[in-house]
Amino acid sequence: MNPLKWAIIEPFYKLIIGEDRKGQINTIVKMVGLPLAGILIFLLLWQGAASNIQTSLGQFPGPVQTYEQFQALSEEADAEALKEQEFYQRQEERNAARVAKDPDYEPRVREYTGPPTFFDQIGRSLITVMSGFILASIIAIPIGIVIGLSSNAYAAVNPLIQVFKPVSPLAWLPLVTMVVSAMYVTDDPMFDKAFLNSMFTVLLCCLWPTIINTAAGVATVTQDLKNVSQVLSLSWWTHVRKIVLPCSIPMMFTGLRISLGIAWMVLIAAEMLAQNPGLGKFVWDEFQNGSSDSLGRIMAAVIVIGIVGFFLDRGMLVLQKAVSWDKSADIR
Amino acid sequence: MKPNTIARRSFLKKTAAAVATAISLSIAQYAPLANAADKLGYPEKEDLKFGFIKLTDMAPLAVAYEKGYFEDEGLYVQLEAQANWKVLLDRVIDGQLDGAHMLAGQPIAATIGYGTKADVITPISMDLNGNAITVSNKTWEAMKSHVEMDGDKPKHPISAAALKPVVESYKDAGKPFKMGMVFPVSTHNYELRYWLAAGGLNPGYYAPHKGDSSGTLDADVLLSVTPPPQMPATMEAGTIEGYCVGEPWNQQAVFKGIGVPVISDNSIQKNNPEKVFGLREDFYEKYPNTTIRIVKAMIRAAHWLDAENNKNRPEAVKILSQPNYVGADYKVIANSMTGTFEYEKGDKRSEPDFNVFFRYNATYPYYSDAIWYMTQMRRWGQISEHKPDAWYKDMAAKVYRPDIYKKAVAELVADGVFKKEDFAEVYNTDGYRGVQDDFMDGIPYDGSKPNEYIDSMKIGLKGETKL
Repeated sequence: MNPLKWAIIEPFYKLIIGEDRKGQINTIVKMVGLPLAGILIFLLLWQGAASNIQTSLGQFPGPVQTYEQFQALSEEADAEALKEQEFYQRQEERNAARVAKDPDYEPRVREYTGPPTFFDQIGRSLITVMSGFILASIIAIPIGIVIGLSSNAYAAVNPLIQVFKPVSPLAWLPLVTMVVSAMYVTDDPMFDKAFLNSMFTVLLCCLWPTIINTAAGVATVTQDLKNVSQVLSLSWWTHVRKIVLPCSIPMMFTGLRISLGIAWMVLIAAEMLAQNPGLGKFVWDEFQNGSSDSLGRIMAAVIVIGIVGFFLDRGMLVLQKAVSWDKSADIR
Repeated sequence: MKPNTIARRSFLKKTAAAVATAISLSIAQYAPLANAADKLGYPEKEDLKFGFIKLTDMAPLAVAYEKGYFEDEGLYVQLEAQANWKVLLDRVIDGQLDGAHMLAGQPIAATIGYGTKADVITPISMDLNGNAITVSNKTWEAMKSHVEMDGDKPKHPISAAALKPVVESYKDAGKPFKMGMVFPVSTHNYELRYWLAAGGLNPGYYAPHKGDSSGTLDADVLLSVTPPPQMPATMEAGTIEGYCVGEPWNQQAVFKGIGVPVISDNSIQKNNPEKVFGLREDFYEKYPNTTIRIVKAMIRAAHWLDAENNKNRPEAVKILSQPNYVGADYKVIANSMTGTFEYEKGDKRSEPDFNVFFRYNATYPYYSDAIWYMTQMRRWGQISEHKPDAWYKDMAAKVYRPDIYKKAVAELVADGVFKKEDFAEVYNTDGYRGVQDDFMDGIPYDGSKPNEYIDSMKIGLKGETKL
């Protein structure tokens, strides 16, 4: 793991030590210059378009206003952190006072009751999307393997997959909400209902690509390998572990990556519709506020949603590349 | 806990208080109320989540939180904005919310079973007034020639009679005239209907027994539901020609230049009851101390909001303009909250009582207020059949709970926060405001005779009529 060999650093290093200068400059322009140019052109177009859109809440926010709102959101988060400190302090004093009066009382430290900040909302969305995605994967991968192995099972399950795959999260949400409300009745809930609602909606929407791709991956196991397995009279479980899984992992990851992308999109929509905490709720609340800063704040959230989605995808891509057989294949 | 246990407990309490009174008569006038034996217990449930809709009249909740009144009661409250009135009510009923800022009609409708059936009660009323009716610029232009002028400005209050020719021109052109309100059992729905009917326009009937919940049977003006914060945008898009909504969404239309408020609800009925705090009946049975403490904190907040001629209002507006509460711009919220209201752009008028939180016993849950809402439900067919006067009274007593309110007041007096004189009316009232004759159409309302009132309306169902 020589840092000098990293793709980001290598051309610069080579440029400095004078190795194939022209080639290195080409690489750098392609790697850094072109994306920068793309972003710059986009920012200019954005600014130009924004200054021509007059909404009833004022001008559409350009990059500068969006950046300012992002800063304002950070400042608000700092102010909230201060209030949070004071809250805990007051609580401590109150608890102490009550224990003095009522020695049987067991003081409990409550979490801050103030509004979640922008960054809390990002964290909340990330936790929800990962929970839904991981749970979906745990369900989808075994199903994918089973239907990939048996064409009969595939024939039985395929129509269901085809029917449920295109269903919009917004259609699942009311059902999920009602079912969770009815089934999840406890006085001391470990998870709040809003979290479960968002998570199950995400789960229902991101099962399908993983199932389909896993099944397809399993089906790619060649007859030769199957014959080998038969000759060695491997047990079903060993056959799956030693032959099927290694063969299907690259495809499985393709499915997982699509699923995660869907999960993130679905989550924001579900949060907006159901007012479940997270970035989606942030956007909807700001839209409802209708203050002169609202559009800038929504734009800041849009950029953050995009960037988070990008990093989620990159993360999965790195994993996918790591498990892919064919390292020369151009996965992007 | 069973209700009779509560009754027994309150009986014991009263006996204890009476004994204490007898003993300490000579000590001080208010000493018995501060008796230690009478002290309210610790809250049974300390972590609470309340819902609200982004409207300025949620202020008592925000103030009780920000000023620490909830914490003073040992309550740790989370306030959460809700998407619309239906979601809010559903979440109170299924327990995701412990209580909420509600339309006065919501606990009543839930109890009588119009819409979702559930036992929801209200121990405190949150405010008086606070709504207005706004029409789009186009409609205002068409209406203006029919409005009586006072110098160069329109004479207020403006009657819906001025809207009538506009609606008729729509009818002649074969187009429906549409307006928005926030919920089928909202004050806004009844106020808009009251205004239209007083001006000779029929806003249409509901027929729940026939499955009709649109409320547009025989309607001259079609009313539909839009959540409050979306009103201006919906009108701007041309879906509706006007609406009745709470603040700041009328002033928002003025600031955006998309519409003109024509009348504030204070002119439809002076000091009309508006939002209430609603919670489930079994919540109160399970957590009586908590409930009383919630009411205590909210009474203090309401008092703070109106104290010394609204001197705290600018601070309240600052709180409300935070994005987690109402979130609209300071100047938009301040317009109505600080005692003025802007009608047509530039026509700013003094409305010291546009929002009332404490004055005129605004927090007391009057049975007659509940009954007024039910008379309107009957008038427009949401209550589809004739009911005797006694039914109205029973239902009002089931939903409106001045008993809880009175306990909270007694505690506040005992704590020394208020003096007994501050609540003179509370100790004397029988829960009925008496005959009210301050409606814009001049029809007097006596809460003890609901059927007589229903029958005196020109437009609306009356007597034994069933659609």
